[in-house]
Formats: sequence, C-alpha cells, structure tokens
Amino acid sequence: MSLLEIRNLSVEFQTVSGSFRAVDGVDLDIKETDLLSIVGESGSGKSVSMLALMGLLPWTANVTADKMEFAGLDLRTISNRARRKIIGKDISMIFQEPMSSLNPCFTVGFQIGESLKQHLGLGGAARKKRSIELLDLVGIPAPAERLKAFPHQLSGGMSQRVMIAMAIACNPKLLIADEPSTALDVTIQAQIIDLLVDLQNEKGMALVLITHDMGVVAETAKQVIVMYAGQQVEQQEVDSLFAKPRHPYTHALLNALPERSLHLDRLPTIEGVVPGAGDRPPGCLFAPRCEFVQDDCSQNIPGLQATELGAFRCFHPIDYTGQG
Amino acid sequence: MFAFILNRIALLVPIFFGVTLVSFGFIRMLPGDPVVALAGERDMTPERHAEMMAKLGLDKPAWQQYLDYVWNLLHGDFGTSVLTNRPILDEFMELFPATIELGVTAMMLAVVIGVPIGIFAAVKRGTFYDQGIMGLSLVGYSMPIFWWGLLLIILFSGIWGLTPISGRISFLYDVPTVTGFLLIDTLLSGEEGAFASAMHHMILPTIVLGTIPLAIIARQTRSAMLEVLSEDYVRTARAKGLSPLRVYGLHALRNAMITVITVIGLQVGTLMAGAILTETIFSWPGIGKWIIFSVFSRDYYAVQGGLVLIAMIIMAVNLIVDVLYGLINPRILHTSS
Repeated sequence: MSLLEIRNLSVEFQTVSGSFRAVDGVDLDIKETDLLSIVGESGSGKSVSMLALMGLLPWTANVTADKMEFAGLDLRTISNRARRKIIGKDISMIFQEPMSSLNPCFTVGFQIGESLKQHLGLGGAARKKRSIELLDLVGIPAPAERLKAFPHQLSGGMSQRVMIAMAIACNPKLLIADEPSTALDVTIQAQIIDLLVDLQNEKGMALVLITHDMGVVAETAKQVIVMYAGQQVEQQEVDSLFAKPRHPYTHALLNALPERSLHLDRLPTIEGVVPGAGDRPPGCLFAPRCEFVQDDCSQNIPGLQATELGAFRCFHPIDYTGQG
Repeated sequence: MFAFILNRIALLVPIFFGVTLVSFGFIRMLPGDPVVALAGERDMTPERHAEMMAKLGLDKPAWQQYLDYVWNLLHGDFGTSVLTNRPILDEFMELFPATIELGVTAMMLAVVIGVPIGIFAAVKRGTFYDQGIMGLSLVGYSMPIFWWGLLLIILFSGIWGLTPISGRISFLYDVPTVTGFLLIDTLLSGEEGAFASAMHHMILPTIVLGTIPLAIIARQTRSAMLEVLSEDYVRTARAKGLSPLRVYGLHALRNAMITVITVIGLQVGTLMAGAILTETIFSWPGIGKWIIFSVFSRDYYAVQGGLVLIAMIIMAVNLIVDVLYGLINPRILHTSS
C-alpha cells in the first residue's frame, strides 16, 4: 500500500487577471521507503504541489484532487486541527532558504523543542536531551552549546542542518525537502544531500527531494518525476530516465547538462521560456519549445501514458527501439 | 548588553544639547516682551524696564544667557518661574503625576486594544473585518483632539449625564497628596468612593488622549504583521503543525514587535503634545496646561525648563525602546556592540 497517493492534483491561484493554474493534474505514489525526486524549472509547480499537500498554501489557492491520501487519511477533507496533528509529525518539510526559515527571535533549542512539545508532549528535560541527540544526528558539533545559539550565529549549512533536525524530530514517515541545497555553497550542498539520504536509510522514512539539479537526481533518487509548467511530463526510474528519456523536455534538459556537452563549443539550451499565466498554448504545453514538434501537438492536450517503466505526457515520445 | 546601553546613552548627549538650544531659541523668537507680560504696561518707565530685564538676566547677550542656562541645567538647576518665583523643577514635579497618570492610562488603552486588533486585521487581510478596522482607525487618526473631546463631553456629560465634564476628582473628596498619582492616593486614603470618583473622571480624557495613538498603533501593527506573515519562518512554524495562536501570537508577533514598539515609543511624543489639548479641554491640572499658560505669560524659564524636562522623558522612553529591541531580537544586540 502506498504511504501517499495523489490523483489528479491541481492548484489554481485567483489573481486579479483571472485564475492561474500552477499545478495541473499531478499523480503521485510514494511507498514507505521510497526516494522520489521531483525536478523541473522554477515555477513548474514542484513546490506548490508539495505545499498543497502540507496545507501551507495561502487562501487564494484552490486545491482540487480526485484523491489525496496519506496513510489512509483523506487530506482533501481533513480539518485544519486534524491536519496540524500530522504535519510536523508524520509529514515534515524543509525549505530552500535555511537562513530565513528559522525564526531570528528564538534559540535553536527553543525551535526544535517546540515540535517535540507540540507532537510528543515531552517535558523540558526530555526535550533538551532529545534536541541534543537530534543535533548530533545531523552532524552539528558541540550540540549542547548550539542549543543556546540564535539563527544569526549559524552558517547556512548549519541552519539547514537545524531545519533537518527539526523536521525529523518526531520521526516522520515522509520528509519533503524543497530544494534543500540550492541556497548553499557547492561543498555544503553535497553534505546536506548525503545527510538526507543517510537519514532516510537510517530512519526508514520516505523522502521527496525537490530539486532542479540533475546531478543531485542522478546521485540520489530512485524514482524521478519531471515537471513542466505545472504538469508532470515524465516519470521513470532514475537510471532509465538518464539513459532513455522519453519526453522531449527531459531529453532537452539532460542535453543541457555541461558534462554531456564537453565536445561542444556552446552549451545547448532550450529556446523560449516556460509559458506564463496568459500565454498557455492550446495543446501540449511544451510544443512551442519542442524540437520534435508535429502538427497535432498544438491541437490536442496529451494525456499521461503509462509505460512499463513509468509514464510520460507526449504524443511523439522519443523512440529507442531502432537503436536496440 | 551593558555596553549596548552605554552606547545608546552616549548618543543621547548631543540630542540633549540640541534640545536645550531649540527650547532656548524658540521662546525668544516669540513676539512680546517678557517684562511687559509680567508687570503690565502701566507705569512702565524705561528705567524700571531695564531694571527688571537685569533682574531676570535678560539684559546679557543671548549667547551668554544660553551658556548660563546650560551651565545651570548641568547642575540640576532648571531655573525659577518668573510668575510664581518657585523653582521650575518643583512646579513640574507637582503637576507631572497628573499628566503621567493620564498618559499611562491612555497608552494602555491604545496598546491593549490597538495591538490585538492590528494583528486580527492582518490575519484577516482583505476581509470585511480588516476593512472595517482600518476604516475606523483612519477615522480615529484623522479626528482633531479638541473636536473629539468636545463631542464626547456634549454626548456623555451633557446629554446623557454619564461622565463628569472636567477635573480629576469630585470636589466632595479631599485626598491627601502622597504620590501625586490620584488613583494611588485615593486608594491609600481609604476614603470611600474617592477611587471610583477618580476613575470616573479619567474615562473621557483617557479616550480622547488615547484615540490617535490607538489608531496609529492598530495600523502599524497590521502592516508590521503583514510583512512578517510572508516570511519563511512563519511558514516553518505552520509546517510544524503549531496552532494559529502560536504561529501569529508568538512566531510572527515577536518579529513584528520591533516595529510596534518603535511606534509605541514615538507615540509618547504625540501623547505629550495631545496632553496639552486634552488637559486644556478637561481642565486637567497637568504639565500640558501649565506649559500653555507659561507660553502665554512669556515665562521664559518655565517654558525652557518644561520643554527640556519633557524632552528628557521622551529620550528616556526611546532609550527603553532601544534596549527592548535588543531583548526582542538578539541580532540587533550582537551587531551593535
């Protein structure tokens, strides 16, 4: 049974110029120890779909889904009070900007202890003991002293470690990491990703890693979802995705990796920009930028087609049968 | 922390000299002769005029008057009132409790109502509640104090007869002065009904003096909260599954408090200015009324001394605000010391 099952999740924002669909028909299945990576450009709906799951979107967002179940609970109809019992405990999330995600007015110890008190009802001494364990677990030296530190006394990497400690405080079943390494130095990025993967193995939790770094995907994930303009365009296992991407967008993204274009003078790019709220093409959303585009692409909207290894949303997927 | 406070006190020194210069200069810019204002024009010969000017020390050049004035200030001598021949400090201290009492209750009213409705409006942004609160506060902010005071007197005292028109306490009571704060003195005296009468007299002046600060505090709290509510750490707090009360009342408010406390600190100045009008309307025997009287009678030393004392109080409040910044957000403390 899946830990998290989502069918046809859509999120629309009401704006002055009409409604804008940020997430469009996303399907998701996550089992208990899965490591799923969601990749896509900025504004492709990666974060918004996960924030919808957490119930953290502003009230201007309209979330609809045919199914959105976590551990048997229907997240579409759940009350706010009941949701608060789950988020931060069974599902937790860490964010892109560790420096601004911690409250500058409170100590690290207070902020970690708060989750422990809220969900586990631990008393003062137990909270302190557990907080020290957690900081130790995420690799922060001298954890007992660090509890008294304020966020401005920590580096970006340290702050993200504290965020991770807070997120895993109540042993969540699902951890969502929303671009956890994007705002950090390159050397620290790898450490944070390694830490998340180690913790996932150790704790046996499911991990959703949102990123736009293909390198991170290649090294860590098992399953990959590629998103474009709010839609899921491809889903595959990581090895086959990198070897044989079916969707032209995935293909173009992988071609743009610097390590794949060492023999070229210029890095390949994808011409054009992601369609905005006002200029969504009528058919396939990627059609205006696609190098394999055909006439029917801009007339009909392609559905998500399941394959042996995953799924893709394209009328003319890249065919590898001829190559063997 | 100690270094931080010392640093802030050092910054007050130039401000203090600025205030003395302004208070010294402004009263001398007013038209009108202090001797004439004091003694009247009848039988005023040039000899008598010169004699009185010399007696008041006003015959010396302005720069020397200023130096004498500052020298005396530094020795704790605020001068003597020309009218009453009593030390300014004594007069001030006698009247000051009445002003403080009114100021504190007005500020309490403004904070206790203004901060919560500001938070509420921010959380309910764009709704009917938000628009209602903001509309009312705009009205409150725009109302002239003297008009609002008279309106309330006409309605509550005149038509409905619910509240007294003026004064601090009913003339039936004779409460011995211990602290000068009537609410405390009436309690100490143990006289039945005295405390209730003092409270009763405070209602209208408190509302009149508190209305503008209340409106400003509500608006500023709302905008400070709106800014903070979009911060990442508020999302983190919500992602922890904390209750709205804790997310807004603790995580967001603690950060918004920096702005709110600044505004409250600045309102102390507005309150002092408002006190002048409010005290006049309600015949409240405080320093606001006293300063107005001193200006009209060209009592140079009383106006100078009174302004400097009020400025010192406002500087003290701002010092407290600065220290509170450091306590609320430790980052400020760490970067400035």
